[in-house]
Amino acid sequence: MIGSASHPRKPGPSSELRAPVLEIDNLAVQVVGEPPVRHILEDISFNIRPGEMLCVVGESGSGKSVTSLAVMGLLPPGSLRTSTGRILVEGEDVLKASQARLRELRATRMAMIFQEPMTALNPVEKVGEQIDEVLRIHTKLSRAERRAKILEMLDAVHMPDVERIYDSYPHQLSGGQRQRVVISMALILEPKILIADEPTTALDVTTQKQILALIRELQKKHNTAVLFITHDFGVVAEIADRIVVMNKGRVVEVGSRDDILAYPREPYTRMLVSSVPSLVPKQRAALKSDIVLDLKELSKTYAGRGFFGRGRSIAAAQGVSLSVRKGEIVGIVGESGSGKSTVARCVVRLQDPTSGNILVHGDDIAKATGSQLRPMRRRVQIVFQDPYRSLNPRRRVGDSVIEGLINFGQRRDEALNRARELLGLVGLSADAMERYPHQFSGGQRQRICIARALALDPDILVADEAVSALDVSVQAQVLKLLDEIRERIGIAVLFITHDLRVAAQICDTIVVMQHGRVVEAGSAAEVLTAPRQDYTRALIEAAPGRDWDFQNFRPL
Amino acid sequence: MLPYIARRLLATVPVMVMVAVVVFAILRLTPGDPAAIIAGDDATAEQLDKIRQTMGLDKPIYLQLVQWLARLMQGDLGVSLLSGTPVLSMIGDRMGPSLALALGTIVVTVIIAIPLGIIAAWRQGKLLDRAIMTLSVLGFSVPTFVVGYLLIYSLSIKLGWFPVQGYKPLSEGFWPFAQRLVLPVLALSGVYVALIARITRSSIIEVMGEDFIRTARSKGATERVVLMRHALRNAAVPIVTIIGIGIASLISGVVVTESVFNLPGLGRLVVEAVLARDYPVIQGLILLFSFIYILINLLVDLLYPVFDPRIRY
Repeated sequence: MIGSASHPRKPGPSSELRAPVLEIDNLAVQVVGEPPVRHILEDISFNIRPGEMLCVVGESGSGKSVTSLAVMGLLPPGSLRTSTGRILVEGEDVLKASQARLRELRATRMAMIFQEPMTALNPVEKVGEQIDEVLRIHTKLSRAERRAKILEMLDAVHMPDVERIYDSYPHQLSGGQRQRVVISMALILEPKILIADEPTTALDVTTQKQILALIRELQKKHNTAVLFITHDFGVVAEIADRIVVMNKGRVVEVGSRDDILAYPREPYTRMLVSSVPSLVPKQRAALKSDIVLDLKELSKTYAGRGFFGRGRSIAAAQGVSLSVRKGEIVGIVGESGSGKSTVARCVVRLQDPTSGNILVHGDDIAKATGSQLRPMRRRVQIVFQDPYRSLNPRRRVGDSVIEGLINFGQRRDEALNRARELLGLVGLSADAMERYPHQFSGGQRQRICIARALALDPDILVADEAVSALDVSVQAQVLKLLDEIRERIGIAVLFITHDLRVAAQICDTIVVMQHGRVVEAGSAAEVLTAPRQDYTRALIEAAPGRDWDFQNFRPL
Repeated sequence: MLPYIARRLLATVPVMVMVAVVVFAILRLTPGDPAAIIAGDDATAEQLDKIRQTMGLDKPIYLQLVQWLARLMQGDLGVSLLSGTPVLSMIGDRMGPSLALALGTIVVTVIIAIPLGIIAAWRQGKLLDRAIMTLSVLGFSVPTFVVGYLLIYSLSIKLGWFPVQGYKPLSEGFWPFAQRLVLPVLALSGVYVALIARITRSSIIEVMGEDFIRTARSKGATERVVLMRHALRNAAVPIVTIIGIGIASLISGVVVTESVFNLPGLGRLVVEAVLARDYPVIQGLILLFSFIYILINLLVDLLYPVFDPRIRY
């Protein structure tokens, strides 16, 4: 049976009995415009009780965010509208409410926090005043009373030095601090319902852990019902009381956390849960092949240049040494600002390293410039994070794939033949050549990017967060593809990721970076199962859902 | 902040020197001889030589340049070839009308254009927005002198509300001064109102798509607050930039407008000096305009941090 002792998060009997604060009943949302009517959401029904944490899980396009915007009455008026159904907030149908009534309900009855704390706050207004706006709109408190209440709230979200935070602008705060400000704003009037739309997705794992704990704490204190939207089953396993699984605008399955994670009824849910990569690394024999890429004491310093010589320099990477063998996948893991992407960009020489060596088969490319560097470029290729922005939208896929070959003097017809071969290798048909990037899904685009990178037959492939923007099911496919390519052509891969689960699945060797330095390096099994450094241990402990075995539908 | 201003002002010196040299060279390279214009058609070669000598035009060009630059460093812009009056005092005499015209235009433009842009953004895609945008296309495409003559014809000649042409300084009373400025300012504002209204609209619409606008709405803010409090200030930087560029480009508008309305300002002085090949006057004016241009750019840059706390110098 499910070890409930280790998962003491069953909803208490009291919340079972109380009436739901939010009931969504047969909700449908359609696209505004000419017939035929296109529905974004259909038949959405679920409810939340006071003090309950309901996780809505789904991949991109599942309609989970649209559902939350519908509850807030914030659907973009020109493009989406609700067609049928009811959304009852404490029994009041918000779909029938006037705009003025909706404004009254927002922040007092239902509040929302968002994915991107970087952009969710007005950049030109002090954060204290942005919280104050909620109080000015909804209360008649005096200026001094409002200020006292805000400082109290900032203290409740565990901000240090609240007076200073009050007078700070968003850009002066870290991502985690900004999210705390957004949470203060949402919860200061103690709403009954909190909608959290991927609130930790843009944060580092250690920050994510703190924010999740904070939401939990405030929820307990005020008995708030939380509608938590996420794509991350790790987070779900950590916090959910109940789970709603959505796909393509419909509810697939609703159930308690343990029901969904351990006994999913629907095939879609099964597929989704089992796609979550395991934190347990695969056992691999150590490679003895030749070293293809050898970094020696690589450093990159950004100098803040002032007119009168004043300025500070930032060491983005300091003394980074690592090597990648033929057929090996070496992962660099770390949080934002750890310098992992700087290393990747130096290796492909999109950035110039300040010092150190980058040896590719023994040739140092760290200091090569101009005509020396150009032939080196074909030996190192890169795949970027966002497949939506890394392909030129106005070029045919075929032209994007052959661009490098043409640059290096290959005849067009030969290059096109090679491109067809490569698209086959990454699992796309040859007719993809004639189409444009927008005609492909994210996963397909990332396959195209991989084909493009392979076109020049490089010795080294650098993948910079190459699967981070993809849904888990697609992520699993792209990871499998990379693994196959490594097997077939024996390429050396430098794999940059913030996600330890992904690293566990694909990497032979893992290098952990923090503040521009290598903290720990070793085989994936060593680093993930027997970490030697505190920082590595902290990273692993912060990985959400690490006591759940998703592949086998059981707790660990 | 202060060191930044000092640095920026210091940086204007090499720019001004380059402007001075280029202007000097270009003027000498264009055809036309000031001596011939002063002497008239019947002058003999000896008379011409004599005039050139008194003006210093017979010396080698590099020497003329060095002498001019040397005097420039002492704040002496030289004297007009035509009248012998110091260039500095000529500029001083003609400054008034141009300054009044330019300032009036800026104030009127900002007062009309920004509200129009806000309204258009608020009613985006609706009738009011399309009406404002159509008008702004019109404002762009009709040249200033056409608008000027239309205004003169309708409001001055037909209705007699305003004097047809001319200028009275402020010292002769506010009403005569203002009455003669209304039409030139209106004529000149047209283009800038169109430009700045469009930029205001598009900047606000862009900001309205940002995440923090959704945050403001989720707090229960009204649309008016969302627009005026959250969107407008975030849209300010591009608007201020365009206003700055607009002011800088006012100089050419001033030349045309002063000719149409017969205002004795710097614009007219430019035209007169060019026609007479009065080198020192042209040089002095272009240096002045360049300096104003640089100063406005600096002012715009100094205004950015007022609107956006992320910008610091």
